[in-house]
Amino acid sequence: MTEKTTILNLPEDELVHPGNRACAGCGLSIVYRIGLKALGRNTILVVPPSCLTVLQGLYPIAATQLPCLNVTFASTAAAATGVLGALRALKNKDTTVAAWAGDGGTSDIGLQALSGACERGEDLIFICYDNEAYMNTGVQRSGTTPQGVITTTTPFSGKAQIKKDVPAIIAAHGIDYVATASAAYPLDLYDKIVKAKTIKGPKYIHVHTPCPAGWGFEPRYTVKLGKMAVESGLFDLYEIENHTFRLTGASEKLLGKKRKPVADYFKAQARFRALDDAKIAAVQQEIDEKWAAYSPPA
Amino acid sequence: MHIIESGNVAAASGVKLARVQVIAAYPITPQTPLTERLSEFVDSGEMDAEYIPVESEHSALAVCIAAASTGARAFTATSANGLLYMNEQLHWAAGARLPIVMCVVNRGIGAPWTVWNDHQDAISQRDTGWIQLYCADHQQIIDTVLKAFYLAETVSVPVMVCYDGYILSHTYMPFDVPDQAAVDKFLPPFTPAYALTPGQPANLNTVTLPDIRPDVRGNMAPGYMEIRQNLHADMRDAIDVLADVNKKFETVFGRNGDPYIESYQCEDAEFVAICLGSLSYHLRDVVDILRSQNISVGVMGLRLYRPFPDQAIIDALSGRKGVIVFEKALSYGNQGALYGDIKAALYPAAARPVIHNYILGLGGREIKTDQLVEALKNSCTQADAIGDAPQWIGLKL
Amino acid sequence: MKKDTFGCRKSHSEPGPGDGGRTGSWRVRRPVIDPEKCIPAKLNKPACFTCWLFCPDSVIKRTIPPTIDYEYCKGCEICCEECPAGAITMVDETEFIKKEK
Repeated sequence: MTEKTTILNLPEDELVHPGNRACAGCGLSIVYRIGLKALGRNTILVVPPSCLTVLQGLYPIAATQLPCLNVTFASTAAAATGVLGALRALKNKDTTVAAWAGDGGTSDIGLQALSGACERGEDLIFICYDNEAYMNTGVQRSGTTPQGVITTTTPFSGKAQIKKDVPAIIAAHGIDYVATASAAYPLDLYDKIVKAKTIKGPKYIHVHTPCPAGWGFEPRYTVKLGKMAVESGLFDLYEIENHTFRLTGASEKLLGKKRKPVADYFKAQARFRALDDAKIAAVQQEIDEKWAAYSPPA
Repeated sequence: MHIIESGNVAAASGVKLARVQVIAAYPITPQTPLTERLSEFVDSGEMDAEYIPVESEHSALAVCIAAASTGARAFTATSANGLLYMNEQLHWAAGARLPIVMCVVNRGIGAPWTVWNDHQDAISQRDTGWIQLYCADHQQIIDTVLKAFYLAETVSVPVMVCYDGYILSHTYMPFDVPDQAAVDKFLPPFTPAYALTPGQPANLNTVTLPDIRPDVRGNMAPGYMEIRQNLHADMRDAIDVLADVNKKFETVFGRNGDPYIESYQCEDAEFVAICLGSLSYHLRDVVDILRSQNISVGVMGLRLYRPFPDQAIIDALSGRKGVIVFEKALSYGNQGALYGDIKAALYPAAARPVIHNYILGLGGREIKTDQLVEALKNSCTQADAIGDAPQWIGLKL
Repeated sequence: MKKDTFGCRKSHSEPGPGDGGRTGSWRVRRPVIDPEKCIPAKLNKPACFTCWLFCPDSVIKRTIPPTIDYEYCKGCEICCEECPAGAITMVDETEFIKKEK
């Protein structure tokens, strides 16, 4: 691994314009702003419908400084394939192609095209910002909504099913780089995208992205919530590079240390209000078992 | 050079000669041999193109949409349910004004499953903003593919080149494969006004508000409705452009044909049969039989279905005693789509003919010459006895 | 709005600020940096810049001390929440309206 980026050497160049339509305290805005710094100007973006469509600006004004193709919901990774195909045909070998979709556009309607692109070995970076529901349409459940979460389509008792493990599904395609990241750890995200640019073939980065409006917390706590998810060991920062798993950054530092109780994370958000103490304890036990497997006793 | 090959190979040869840069396709009967031949061209190095074997038709058109947006000449092909699976992408390609060319190897659509020919697939997509050209033989297939790229790139509207599954796709016929040099003279490289390019940022197909609003320089930009009106206006202009393309094609290749309607024995005909695709050649035999019985009838094959060449229809059909529309598709609960279009076109005509509608050949039901003779003869001899409702040919109830 | 022949119209957007208008008007409270507490200001050299890192809206500049573009700052308060030195306070916008009057 090359030198880790710090706040002081993170590029100053801002590729996202202020005055866009994202909500105050939007986790995606942090992820996108940092992500575009990492991708740089020699990049073509492909974006399906999502909050990002709104953030990026309404015709005829664009909020971002990169060429971007808005595409249909199910077609993101296929469209990125088309950009790559055209670039190869036009003998352009150095432009990065990045697809940027929400969790619905990745785990649900976009999964088939993404699986196809991974299987074909397309040289693209697919970034999923996971705010754990369809936020742009008003907080409906998605495949990555965690169990128990109240959404507008799981209105009273919360989602019955568990969160779909998209990074594991993508890793099962045998691609060379799969990583997770979080809006609360922008430098870790930045370094992962920069690394992804150096790897040939499909790269997948899954970014945990707190959403004040959809999760039910004050906008000022976006970063706090993201950190709580990681520090409790619920959402882990990791890389699967050349098929080898390793924890990174804040998650790596948790190995052998005491993690914060997941109940604190749940209780800081309105969306988990249907979870009773028994269910929270069950999740805590799952986290403990997962971490026991990360660092088995000597 | 003349070769004897299938309609699918005629199409593939046209795509190769058009120097297509990105091909994406998903296999579906009866389109499959076309894409197989294209992958052979690419894999053998005969063709310098990217062949992308996608996981669905929706993705096939996604690849073409993105490739064309990035400045490459793009092609795909499909049939039946594959075309329907693309429906959302068809609208997207037209709305984004991308000059993609697609062969639609016409087949009936499920349920229930059928793999055989009719026109319901393409007809059901007539309002997607794509130009639709229909072919009646293999020479028309290869020539139309070349013309389609020229037309699409001139008016910035995608084009479907439609030809009958099996009847044309899998039968062998002699046809001329033009020289690459001649094709290069006819079809210049694709040069879009804007292609996605780092350093020239633009956000394409963004959310567009109901009303117009100023751009970053303060100039009022056209809005959603203006974008839609412009697509319609350019589609209408494409009717004249197609005639120009045909003329240019003739100067280079020495062959042509009417861009809108291919007529047989129509000069003096009191009655005219009209249809899409290869059926018009079948009807030529029928016309010959009826002419031998002193019935004044001819047949027209419509080559351009969208935009609809209404003036050409008026010029060709106004003043006839009767017009008989044969269709391998139906707008359920109403009538044949082509029938409705022709009736609408003839409404302002000074002398409106009697007009009949025959539905036939759905899901590959065999179309027998004697059935066609009987139907057409009835329409010509008892024109007033047949009503407006579609008549069915070959129905075995 | 006369167009050239086939000067086709499509949704082609160009980059610029303020697509959502002056989003500073969304703000109820304004983040104000206290240079007495702000780490880079106190050290008078590049340091910390946590507020710049986490600002979702690119409205904070990495200067000493950091500067905030109130034209577009939406007032999310993440900078105030994350500042390790407690150097950013949120001040009710009515205070500034009173001052302007």
